[in-house]
Amino acid sequence: MTVRPFSITVDGRSVPVVPGQTIGAALHAAGIRAWRTTRFGARPRGLFCGIGVCFDCLVSVNGQAPERACLAEAAPGDEVTTS
Amino acid sequence: MTYDLVVVGGGPAGVAGALTAALAGLRVALLDSSARLGGQYFRHTAVPGRTPGLERFLRQAHALSDRAEVLSRHQVWSVSREPGGDLLVHAGSPDGQAVAVRGRRLLIATGAYDRPLPFPGWDLPGVLTAGGAQALLKGDGVVAGRRIVVSGTGPFLLPVATGLAAAGAKVLGVFEAGGALGLARHPLLALGKAAEAGGYALSLARHRVPYLTRHAVVAAHGEREVEAVTVARLDKQWNVLATRVVECDTVAAGYGFVPQIDVGVQLGCGTRHDVDGSPVLEADAAQRTTVPGVWAAGEPTGVGGWRLAELEGRIAGRSVVADARRSTSGAAGVEVAAGEVAGVLSRRRDRWRAFGAALHRAYPVQPGWQGWLRDDTLVCRCEEVPLARIREAQELGATDARSIKLLARPGMGWCQGRICGYAVACLAGEPQQPPRRPIAQPITLGALSEAAEPGDDLTTSGPGNPDDLATSGPGNPDDLATSRADKPDDPLAH
Ligand SMILES: Cc1cc2nc3c(=O)[nH]c(=O)nc-3n(C[C@H](O)[C@H](O)[C@H](O)COP(=O)(O)OP(=O)(O)OC[C@H]3O[C@@H](n4cnc5c(N)ncnc54)[C@H](O)[C@@H]3O)c2cc1C
Ligand code: FES
Repeated sequence: MTVRPFSITVDGRSVPVVPGQTIGAALHAAGIRAWRTTRFGARPRGLFCGIGVCFDCLVSVNGQAPERACLAEAAPGDEVTTS
Repeated sequence: MTYDLVVVGGGPAGVAGALTAALAGLRVALLDSSARLGGQYFRHTAVPGRTPGLERFLRQAHALSDRAEVLSRHQVWSVSREPGGDLLVHAGSPDGQAVAVRGRRLLIATGAYDRPLPFPGWDLPGVLTAGGAQALLKGDGVVAGRRIVVSGTGPFLLPVATGLAAAGAKVLGVFEAGGALGLARHPLLALGKAAEAGGYALSLARHRVPYLTRHAVVAAHGEREVEAVTVARLDKQWNVLATRVVECDTVAAGYGFVPQIDVGVQLGCGTRHDVDGSPVLEADAAQRTTVPGVWAAGEPTGVGGWRLAELEGRIAGRSVVADARRSTSGAAGVEVAAGEVAGVLSRRRDRWRAFGAALHRAYPVQPGWQGWLRDDTLVCRCEEVPLARIREAQELGATDARSIKLLARPGMGWCQGRICGYAVACLAGEPQQPPRRPIAQPITLGALSEAAEPGDDLTTSGPGNPDDLATSGPGNPDDLATSRADKPDDPLAH
């Protein structure tokens, strides 16, 4: 396991990560608390339940299908895109 | 490879159950969706903090990893019955592949999640569930915000508020919608938990956090994120008496927990309504569900805290071991069956259960919260269904939650009604029904179309003496708070 802090990029912007943190936690800690908008009302969303139940926190990591940022552990080099 | 026992869930209940069975020499596999064992309470980062019981839990988790197949980051989405009677547990692996683990027996230990109540603005970023704020803090070392308001009902608000305050957040208040008693007469005191209640009271006082009963956040305001909340003084039924606005950047709100019982319902396990109305899996004294070969422990059988969860896990583990012996050695098993539920363990469990029931009764959700909603308040966050649309459906003749769902679509989105299910049931005027989700966790179509089998190289072993697990000591729940090493080498000993 990596022990030193590293960064990931979120929509091209660099976000610091403490090893072991989820992508959602790293975003929230960096002050990015709204990173997705809803389909119908374009309402901003970020973390809500924090444990993978609500699906508010969806992001796409390295071009893959959307996943829950609160469950996905951040890895060095991760490129996260939000919608 | 067919395991003697497959456990779903790696919290205190699942780990205790799995370890009990593994120490008795059973081949055990445990699947959990998280990266690390621990569940919701023993959530820990690489550097463990000071959580009561954590060290002991880590010893158990370590012992388990040596003796069983532990599959972390595996999301179980369904369990099916094979023609021969074995159970096939289907999960998504970390790399998105489908994995199936076969077992003769199954232990469901999937825990619970926060029960939120909707209010205007509750979908603004910065509004989190109380458990979500706690998970961020304990699991990621992230303080959810700078100026935080804690609101809802139940004793869980106390560790959340004190944890956030101790981590440096300005906690502007704990707004407990229930009970007109001050902290000095908190229900925890009545339940003989004076030390715990006193600890929270002291900590709140030290950080100058006001604790107000019959108060709650009834609206959140902001453009892109929460900037302020309306805090209301409530009557006994939670109708609003007076309001004021409090500026803050974060809300942590929670109104109890919802047991996660999808896997059991899929298999046809009987359910009942718990004291707080939550549908839970029916379990007998040995934690057996109504379906042969399927056990349940921890919050799926009713919410009552991590100590109860662990006790139920241990009892389930012993019962599984007795069942395994019975199936291999006919008559000898009868004796084991009699001692299957050790007296001390079951007495402790019953006491913690009584404690859980008392807490449920002390913190009921009152109907007045429905008056906090406005026509445009989203009840279902996923499908963005406002109250008005639910009322329309009711005017069209939808009389129960299920027909409301079919007409207005709350609960049809990503979370499958996990977040709005309780509120919609209340709005329909009925108790929450057991979930009907053919798939417990959303999975990709690719994974669904694959039918992977576990490799035969997944082996476990290491027989041990199940009797080593018997703990002694008085059956007083409070004794459990202090960890007493009966036998230093017994990872399950208190
Ligand atoms: C968000 C949250 C935070 C909490 N924080 C605290 C706290 O700080 N202090 C406290 O006293 N109590 C806390 N609680 C209450 C706590 O849940 C219980 O007291 C205790 O953890 C119950 O233990 P358990 O073993 O029954 O379930 P849990 O500890 O919840 O363990 C269940 C495990 O099952 C896994 N799981 C569930 N479904 C699946 C699936 N389909 N596939 C694979 N794995 C699955 C989960 O990832 C989890 O690890 C919290 C509850 C929640 C919901
Ligand atoms: S915050 Fe709820 S799923 Fe991630």
